[in-house]
Amino acid sequence: MALDKPYLDVPGTIIFDAAQSRKGYWLNQFCMSLMQAENRARFKADERAYLSEWDMTDEQRQAVLARDLNWCIRTGGNIYFLAKIGATDGLSFQQMAGSMTGMTEVEYRAMMVAGGRSVEGNRFVGEDGDAQAHRQPQGSAHAATQATQPAGTGADPA
Amino acid sequence: MLTQHKERPHMARITASVFTSHVPAIGAALDQGKTTEDYWAPLFAGYDFSKQWMTDNQPDVIFLVYNDHATAFSLDFIPTFAIGTAAQFQPADEGWGPRPVPVVQGHPDLASHIAQSVIQQDFDLTIVNKMDVDHGLTVPLSLMCGAQDPHAGAWPCPVIPFAVNVVQYPVPSGARCFALGQAIRKAIDTYDDDMNVHIWGTGGMSHQLQGARAGLINREWDNHWLDQLINDPVACAQVPHMNYVREAGSEGIELVMWLIARGAMDDINNGQQTGPAPKLVHRFYHVPASNTAVGHAILENTQRNLHP
Repeated sequence: MALDKPYLDVPGTIIFDAAQSRKGYWLNQFCMSLMQAENRARFKADERAYLSEWDMTDEQRQAVLARDLNWCIRTGGNIYFLAKIGATDGLSFQQMAGSMTGMTEVEYRAMMVAGGRSVEGNRFVGEDGDAQAHRQPQGSAHAATQATQPAGTGADPA
Repeated sequence: MLTQHKERPHMARITASVFTSHVPAIGAALDQGKTTEDYWAPLFAGYDFSKQWMTDNQPDVIFLVYNDHATAFSLDFIPTFAIGTAAQFQPADEGWGPRPVPVVQGHPDLASHIAQSVIQQDFDLTIVNKMDVDHGLTVPLSLMCGAQDPHAGAWPCPVIPFAVNVVQYPVPSGARCFALGQAIRKAIDTYDDDMNVHIWGTGGMSHQLQGARAGLINREWDNHWLDQLINDPVACAQVPHMNYVREAGSEGIELVMWLIARGAMDDINNGQQTGPAPKLVHRFYHVPASNTAVGHAILENTQRNLHP
């Protein structure tokens, strides 16, 4: 009998369950390695070489190089592990979280100062809240990134 | 002031519970001297009372319920409940370098006593003799005790870290956490030393750190939940996982940890609220700290705190 997964209908949300954890094992373990300063230095010196030392999928490596945290999460990453990449880049948790919304850092910070994202319309897939798939991306960062980011630089999407 | 229990004067007892969020940016604001900036000042003001209260009601030991954020525990080991029995715990390097805060001194004897007693009450704890502690543990200490010099300073007492898995779903249910709190109180009640113990529940409140729904805050739900935690904890313990995820964000589920501390208070017996209600001495709520709604409360047990 299949497991009960009542969390699949929450918009803009991937719950890190056992299946995601299996899928993301090496991606997340790579992230753990960045808790050591010498590994952070090696990663920054040559990201592709460092990533090649880990038994990740090519897609997971691409997602890390692109610093696309939504992509990392789809391939099994968990934010508490992925935060080690952001920390290596000198980003705050707010910058990392904001990068997943399509908003600029300023837009996201303003939303939080104004009281955060409303839950209205964002409880179930199919409602009309700002986290629903048909309303993505939310801010102006996405367009700017598409226009200015050279291919393969791994630039910070925020 | 809290005084020793009259009937069992030589036993340890829980005198109070403390509840607080544990956002990493709060630690960074403290460590970088930003506490008086416009953004942060209202948040830290909410803890002015608490710091004075800590001075006036100094515990001998803090039993600190928190979650490890993929720091001590990678995907190699994922314990649902882990008790730290070591003599010392180093502040972890979470990727930004370790927080400049004092080493956390443990209490191996009481921790081992609790581990044995709680396992005998059918909670299968993982016993951890070596681990680093991350912001989940050190930020609550900083908020309640104020900034401390990493070398010349010290936390006011030993701390027993108690880590709960809230990273990989499913996390323990609120009901399980609530029952565990009762088992922890029984364990502490049978420790043969006159000792004043605080139990802290940390994490939450509403927040989501992932995806298009990142930044979710639910002020109304948070405050209703906090009302229920304080006044009707038996009902609060029945809130299902999905309510936390849907209403308070995917990381808001950390709130189940507060139920461990609440379940350890004197009014809870055999899963029911039968004793005198604890006294609410402080309550605070603030949005935002980075991505998160910050909640905070202090409850004192009443029956055991009477002056002689």
